[in-house]
Amino acid sequence: MPDQKNSGTDIELPNPSVAPVINAEKVPERFFTRFTLLQRYMHAIMFTTFLGLAATGLTIRFSTNAWAQHFALAIGGFGAILFLHKLCAVVLSLEFLYHVQNIAVRIVVRKEKGLLWGPESMVPNLKDLKDIIGNFRWFFGRGPKPKLDRYAYWEKFDYWSVFWGMIIIGASGYVMWFGPFFGKFLPGWALNAVQIVHGEEALLAATFIFSIHFINAHLRPDNFPMDTTIFTGTQTEEEFKERHPEEYARLVDQGRLEQALTTKPPTWLLNFSKVTGFTAVLIGLLLLVLTVSAYFRE
Amino acid sequence: MSPSGKLKIVWARSLLSSSIKQVSGSKSETPNPSITHVGLVAATYRPTGPGFSLFHSSEPAQQHPRRPTTSPIATAESVLPSARQGSTTLAAAREFIRSRVLFAACVVLFLACFAPRLNAQTDCLSCHSDVTMQDANGHNVGVNADTFHSSVHGTLECSACHTSITAYPHPDHPQAVKCAACHADEAAAVVGSVHEHASDHPCTSCHGTAHAILPKDNPKSAVYPLNIPATCGKCHGDAAMAKQHHLANVYPQYMDSIHGYAVSQEGLLVAANCESCHGSHHVLSHTNPLSPTFKTAIPATCGKCHAGILTQYMTGIHGQAMASGNQKAPVCTDCHTAHTIVRPTMAQSTPVCGSCHQAQLSTYRDTFHSQVSNLGSYVEVARCSDCHGEHEILPASDPRSPVNPANLVKTCGRCHQNANAGFVKYEPHANPHNRRLYPVLFYIRSFMVLLITGVMTFFLLHSLLWLIRSLIEKAHRRSVKGEK
Repeated sequence: MPDQKNSGTDIELPNPSVAPVINAEKVPERFFTRFTLLQRYMHAIMFTTFLGLAATGLTIRFSTNAWAQHFALAIGGFGAILFLHKLCAVVLSLEFLYHVQNIAVRIVVRKEKGLLWGPESMVPNLKDLKDIIGNFRWFFGRGPKPKLDRYAYWEKFDYWSVFWGMIIIGASGYVMWFGPFFGKFLPGWALNAVQIVHGEEALLAATFIFSIHFINAHLRPDNFPMDTTIFTGTQTEEEFKERHPEEYARLVDQGRLEQALTTKPPTWLLNFSKVTGFTAVLIGLLLLVLTVSAYFRE
Repeated sequence: MSPSGKLKIVWARSLLSSSIKQVSGSKSETPNPSITHVGLVAATYRPTGPGFSLFHSSEPAQQHPRRPTTSPIATAESVLPSARQGSTTLAAAREFIRSRVLFAACVVLFLACFAPRLNAQTDCLSCHSDVTMQDANGHNVGVNADTFHSSVHGTLECSACHTSITAYPHPDHPQAVKCAACHADEAAAVVGSVHEHASDHPCTSCHGTAHAILPKDNPKSAVYPLNIPATCGKCHGDAAMAKQHHLANVYPQYMDSIHGYAVSQEGLLVAANCESCHGSHHVLSHTNPLSPTFKTAIPATCGKCHAGILTQYMTGIHGQAMASGNQKAPVCTDCHTAHTIVRPTMAQSTPVCGSCHQAQLSTYRDTFHSQVSNLGSYVEVARCSDCHGEHEILPASDPRSPVNPANLVKTCGRCHQNANAGFVKYEPHANPHNRRLYPVLFYIRSFMVLLITGVMTFFLLHSLLWLIRSLIEKAHRRSVKGEK
């Protein structure tokens, strides 16, 4: 990895003053696990189906636009669009159910209380509020950069917005899919309501993921152009210290740091991650442009 | 020379010249069976008197650009080398004719009894059968005798129409032919029609060349049902002409329509051609209340063929409104167009209905039905007519209406197999922007919009500030590095 670091940061390579400094440290770069293989696969399935849902869903939502009609025609008309939408929806629903089951098992059976509450939980706590305020103070130069723990508040927001979104969008989607069935016990206005909720919530999800999530995870200057952690599951020690200082310090304190140690991800995986990541980001940005332009033209 | 004598000479001359033509087989002449026939007759008459010998080699009159104003006798004498017998013969002929006028007239009458059409037409055709013949103004005055004889007027004498020509030589400017003399009803109908002041001849521009008019049921007739579109299209398919008269260039639209296809491709006599809707001689502007294409007359006009649809239409709310004098009520052409004849059952139906029902189109656009129809090529999806019916559209309050609450399960059930009372409570034209009518949907939508706006505003601001701070820090770090 050192060579990659060098080539990444020092474009004016023949600079003898920098290279010896790094060499002088003589500390071999260490890699730490951030995401398990299961989490990485879950993310992969999720972003693939999400892109599929967004591409087909936005085509339906903005069906009067020429790009939507051409896209629909290219993949086989409305029948194909709806089929792919439902296919992705079912896969993502199954994943969601598996995730809920997995969390339930870890909490109830394995008694992993840290999952529900604490510094390594996804559940928001007071520190997140402090981090938000701290971060805004830092933005305005009124204080130091807050020391974040395992999950930053925006990462927790990502998680919960997706969690909430899948319930809302999924449920409303199934009501539409099986309208006559749900019509038996839902009030008359509900069938109209699910349509609005499904469309608007999905619009929020798509614009949020394709702008905010992409910026926070990949496009902000610190991570630009691509953070491959979710694909490789590993981060370097330097990244660990900088991004999650609170967690790093706690692991050092508790002597658990070495448990997270792992090996450098293979080059093919890094390359694969970049190709996949860039592809997803580009598709997302394209959909974002189309969505925003279509939304404001409505 | 008496008029009858003149006529007789002309006639005799034509007989003779024709016979010569036949004998010599002159290549310069258009082979003409009727003239051949005349020639044969002439041959039979050759021995009638010595006067005929005068014209035995008469130069064909067709070679003259104009009918000669001098006496044909003089012409024969001065021009033809074959008139070698000189003035003695000519004088003898004159003598013969003068003295035998009565006899010759009897011969003419006799001939007329056996071949009346020959008699009158051949006189004129002796000159006018040259189809390239032109008068002083350059107008074509030639007549294709063959075509004329097979035309609907082929049995009439020339003078039946050219009434001002009673003798030869005839006036340089004979009176215009008045078709109205016989076709009074048709001529009266043209008066007041849009074609009354047409620069072209009101009769021939549609019925074709004056001497080649065929009966209407002749497939070659310009007004045969299958030929009418092309006939009208001569003018109405001309973009420049259409523009000049502020008309749509409707001919191509008609030809591409189901009516035009039926006429041009299928040869369907009962298919609507121009005349079926516009009439023939008394074509009136669609702005004229007496016109069959005036808005309120259109249902009846289309109903002449589409009788079943007319009944449905008149039962429906559109027909009722039209009958009650509502000028805004749609008639056939408002949805189907007049010449293109669109089929609004297809994807075009929504804009067609939406041109009046704008609010309903707008709310339809928000629904899944609309989205499917925008994208789908083969998917059957509810468009206006699928729920509301087509020609017999009735208000939802009418128990016969497919959108009457009592009929909704059946109507929706045509596509949604398990449609039930709860399912059909779905409001397909709900408007979440309307707080008064749809308060629940209004607040749900407002909440969703607020959520999107709030989340996106917060995080975009967050990202923007973050970006600025990151850039400041980077610049700071670089400057610190530089100092070191």
